[in-house]
Amino acid sequence: MNLLTLFLSALLINNVILSKFIGMCPFLGVSTKLSSAIGMGLAVIFVIFGASCLSWALYYYVLVPLGLEYMKLICFILLIAAFVQFVEMFVKKNSPSLYKSLGIYLPLITTNCAVLYVALDNITQGYNFIETVVNSIAVPAGFMLVLLIFATIRERLASADVPDAWKGNPIAFVVAAIMAIAFSAFAGLV
Amino acid sequence: MSESNEKKRGFWSEMIYNNPVFGLYLGICSTLAITTTLNNAIGMGIAVIFVLTISNIVISLIAPLTPDEIHIPVYIVVIATLVTVVGMLMQAFTPELYSTLGTFIDLIVVNCIILGRAEAYACSHNVAESARDGLMMGLSYTFSLLAMSLIRQILGSGVLELSNPMTNQVLFSLRLIPSGFEIPVFTTQTGAFLTFAVLAAGVAAIKNSDEKKAAAAAKAKADAAKAAAKAAAASAAKAKEAA
Repeated sequence: MNLLTLFLSALLINNVILSKFIGMCPFLGVSTKLSSAIGMGLAVIFVIFGASCLSWALYYYVLVPLGLEYMKLICFILLIAAFVQFVEMFVKKNSPSLYKSLGIYLPLITTNCAVLYVALDNITQGYNFIETVVNSIAVPAGFMLVLLIFATIRERLASADVPDAWKGNPIAFVVAAIMAIAFSAFAGLV
Repeated sequence: MSESNEKKRGFWSEMIYNNPVFGLYLGICSTLAITTTLNNAIGMGIAVIFVLTISNIVISLIAPLTPDEIHIPVYIVVIATLVTVVGMLMQAFTPELYSTLGTFIDLIVVNCIILGRAEAYACSHNVAESARDGLMMGLSYTFSLLAMSLIRQILGSGVLELSNPMTNQVLFSLRLIPSGFEIPVFTTQTGAFLTFAVLAAGVAAIKNSDEKKAAAAAKAKADAAKAAAKAAAASAAKAKEAA
């Protein structure tokens, strides 16, 4: 039950984009088309899940025994960069078709602050390994959910008559504001 | 945009034109998240100015020594080290501010502005130029944070307040909107998105109107040149006729 609460609150109530404002750059960059939003969403789920589990293990099995907790920021960011690079190489070699559809989003993920955020959040919240796994699936799933909804709205928005200065990103922020109101209704869920 | 053109513009127009937040949409996460109060904005701004200036200086020094294939990890380690330093200093001297800014101090590492400037500017310019660029970009980012937080704090809580981050003593507090008339939605996520949208649209409008003016000026110049050419041709024809 506790895990379900954790999952729902990370997915809907404390949604990374709409309530924590994390991962805005890819959110604006790839949300103009539904197909690219799906590719990015899947890549983010995979990378966040892998990177945060590895970071958790690195923190509790290497940094804590050595008394190097203050090094976590440097270690995590290097781990994330290395992991993304590794995944990219692995996918490229073993599944060229998957690489073709996901490939271009993978390098972008290193600079997605959501990856680092989830890795750090698991530590600051003191989650155990099971909770870390649940949290690292729920957070990027929330990211993908909002990205998909947003992409469908933006596809419609492309054909709307918007004043010149508001074209592109400014109107997208207005859409995000309205979505944030809608998502704030989930606050009473848990 | 040419270099000389950029230098000709004043400080304020540089803040608007090259604004990393509202113009280029870099570093949006922290801009949206921490601008609920003026204090947060100033604290975050100073932290970013510090990290950005020093990282630009260090990177411009080590860039010639760095092999090309691993330059991104090297830059990230430099930035992450500086952010760790800032985080420790803030934890020691301004604990209250550190706890409200929370993870966003750590997330300066992945703030696109910093790696972006390292990649685009610091690695190919000398130390003094890179330091100046870091300072200007940092100021420009801080300026955006201040604009956002002023709007959000005044409309959302009705009070303009500034306190000393070391002692948490309120330095000044001014109620601009009578209590009961403030609009609390501006302190929430929705308010952040809306304020950002309005400011970004404002910057886009300024840019658009300037572009139009520039285009009109260029057109007028071209027309004048055409007219002059016509006149010259006509006078040449006349001269020919006379001959």
